[in-house]
Amino acid sequence: MSTARAGAAPVGEPLAPMTVHERAIFAPITTTGTGFKALALGLALVSAWALFAWIWQLTHGLGVTGLLRPTYWGIYITNFVFFIGVSHAGTLISAILRLSKAEWRRSVTRMAEVITVLVIAFGAGNVIVDLGRSDRALYVFRHANFKSPLLWDICSISIYLTASTIYLVLPMLPDLVRLEQKVGGWRGSVYRALLRATGYRDTPKQRHRLERAIGVMMVLVLPIAISVHTVVSWVFAMTIQPMWHSTIFGPYFVAGAIFSGIAAILTFMVVLRRAYHLEAYLRPVHFDNLGKLLLVMTLFWLYFTFAEHLTTYYGGEPHELRVLFDKVTGRFALQFWVMVVTCFVIPFAILCRAKGRRSELGILLASLSVNFGMYLERYTIVVPSLTNARILMTDARYTPTWVEWSILAGCVSTFLLLYLGFTKLFPIISVWEVEEGIEHGPRETTDRLATYYPPMAGSGEAP
Amino acid sequence: MRWAMVIDLGACTGCGACVVTCRQENNVPVADEETFYHGRNLDWIQLEDQAEGEYENLRVRQYPLMCQQCDKPPCVKVCPVRATYRDEEGIVGQIYRRCIGCRYCTNACPYSVKTFNWKKPGWAEGTERRQSPDVSLRPAGVVEKCTFCHHRRQKAKEAVRAEGRELGAGDYEPACVEVCPAGAMTFGDLDDPSSPLAQLVQDRHGERLMDDLGTEPKVIYLRPPGGRS
Repeated sequence: MSTARAGAAPVGEPLAPMTVHERAIFAPITTTGTGFKALALGLALVSAWALFAWIWQLTHGLGVTGLLRPTYWGIYITNFVFFIGVSHAGTLISAILRLSKAEWRRSVTRMAEVITVLVIAFGAGNVIVDLGRSDRALYVFRHANFKSPLLWDICSISIYLTASTIYLVLPMLPDLVRLEQKVGGWRGSVYRALLRATGYRDTPKQRHRLERAIGVMMVLVLPIAISVHTVVSWVFAMTIQPMWHSTIFGPYFVAGAIFSGIAAILTFMVVLRRAYHLEAYLRPVHFDNLGKLLLVMTLFWLYFTFAEHLTTYYGGEPHELRVLFDKVTGRFALQFWVMVVTCFVIPFAILCRAKGRRSELGILLASLSVNFGMYLERYTIVVPSLTNARILMTDARYTPTWVEWSILAGCVSTFLLLYLGFTKLFPIISVWEVEEGIEHGPRETTDRLATYYPPMAGSGEAP
Repeated sequence: MRWAMVIDLGACTGCGACVVTCRQENNVPVADEETFYHGRNLDWIQLEDQAEGEYENLRVRQYPLMCQQCDKPPCVKVCPVRATYRDEEGIVGQIYRRCIGCRYCTNACPYSVKTFNWKKPGWAEGTERRQSPDVSLRPAGVVEKCTFCHHRRQKAKEAVRAEGRELGAGDYEPACVEVCPAGAMTFGDLDDPSSPLAQLVQDRHGERLMDDLGTEPKVIYLRPPGGRS
């Protein structure tokens, strides 16, 4: 029942010719420059160093970190919150854009969804690195206590990882069929194996079902994504510690996650556009639109941060005030105010002008600044509350050690390495969706517009 | 039966005998200077300073601080593996063989009295031979804290079973209570209104640390007569 178009090319047969878009988008898969290899080697070295640091910690115990009583959590838990936050953008933004039928989404969704799937493991992984007994990590299944917010986290993160992986793979299937027919070599057998596993041959019937499945998934991933960062915030908010025990934390964390996630997408867009010559697919309008979204989130961030800190200040509860003033004027003032500058002042100044949103450099600066600032935000949420314990007075201060910084660097480098690997195996832009948009987009959009207004006289359309 | 401790701050001299005894009793390693400086000492009980009065009429009082054995312990709820629990007699315990070392409990505790083994416990020369066989040694990477010397309760239970009776309030007390030279610590059953402990709490208006948090601690402090509240 397979049509000629959908039939799999047997081994040894000549590869089918590529369309214009396939040639442009598949090019980074088959051709690898020296710059790429050098970057990959550099990243691999950083990852290897981080692995050494982790082994060092496993053999010597958590004493090799700067953690102490009562600051029991530091860089690792900050990493956890930060990476889970970054992972938000991909799936969430892609789902929102698909759902609202934003036509310009087509060349952006794939590269965003990949961020989600790859970075989430580093979020969860940092909790395991943080454990005093990483060897007992699986006890959370054997002795699960569902009253603990950490268990809620495990549930929602694993559901999120599963859902966003499905949501990444489904729209990739039609591209895999094309790749299998048009890109040979060892990759051909990888695509063949993947397609055989799913049974997808891109018949019209399968395509129809696929589109319905994508439609279901894009609705499903929205509440799951929201739940993930809400539950992450609850790890803190469910305790009664000063400035953690806050009802605003759920939405505050979700907004921050979308904020840093969009910034991450934009960073990747700028870099991939240049590195893989995708200028024709990532046009100024893409940066302009996502830049506006980032601008809105900048304002949201300021609003949430202001509301959170003003409420604490006005309430004037002594223990809360101690944490607040340690953040605003005390030991964490540097981190706090750099956070305000990098999360608000810099991105706002760049993004409020169309010129800034449409410039590569502007977008790159704004997005990197936001993610730097959001890391500081996570840090200034996790650490000051612990350092200012209600009762325990200590002069000892938490200063992260080389082990902690190395593991942070290793998480970033390994994530980038995996992302690079992905681009060498799969198209970073969804070819079939782009072609579909070019082919059917104008008609669909015209039809849709026609339903917005009174039917034209004599058009024969039912009212 | 609900085990509780009353500490009379009027009688407490701040001598620190409870701190030293607790280390001996529960195999808590003595922290060296560096460990102590880094805030990584493991003491299950320690003397905390509390300032009283205003400047020019200021005095610093010390009070012993240990696990408050809450009836509604915030640490128990958050443990992902149920390695910390409240038993039927109200004592909050810790299972070292199950603890994964996530330190969620240490952070959820408003009293910051749970400690963490940052590394393999180091024993000063000669002291490793003085370890108590009744209390298990903790490995690196797990959380520990005061258990109201529940190994003593275990022993007492065995002793009264041999006598064919139930465990009573006078049958056991933690090492710190036993050793306190000022007699500032009283141990007993909070559920028995006629017990000396319950009488003290009532007569001297016993106070619980951070009572407003709703943790319902079972370590109860008595202010010195005439002391400011």
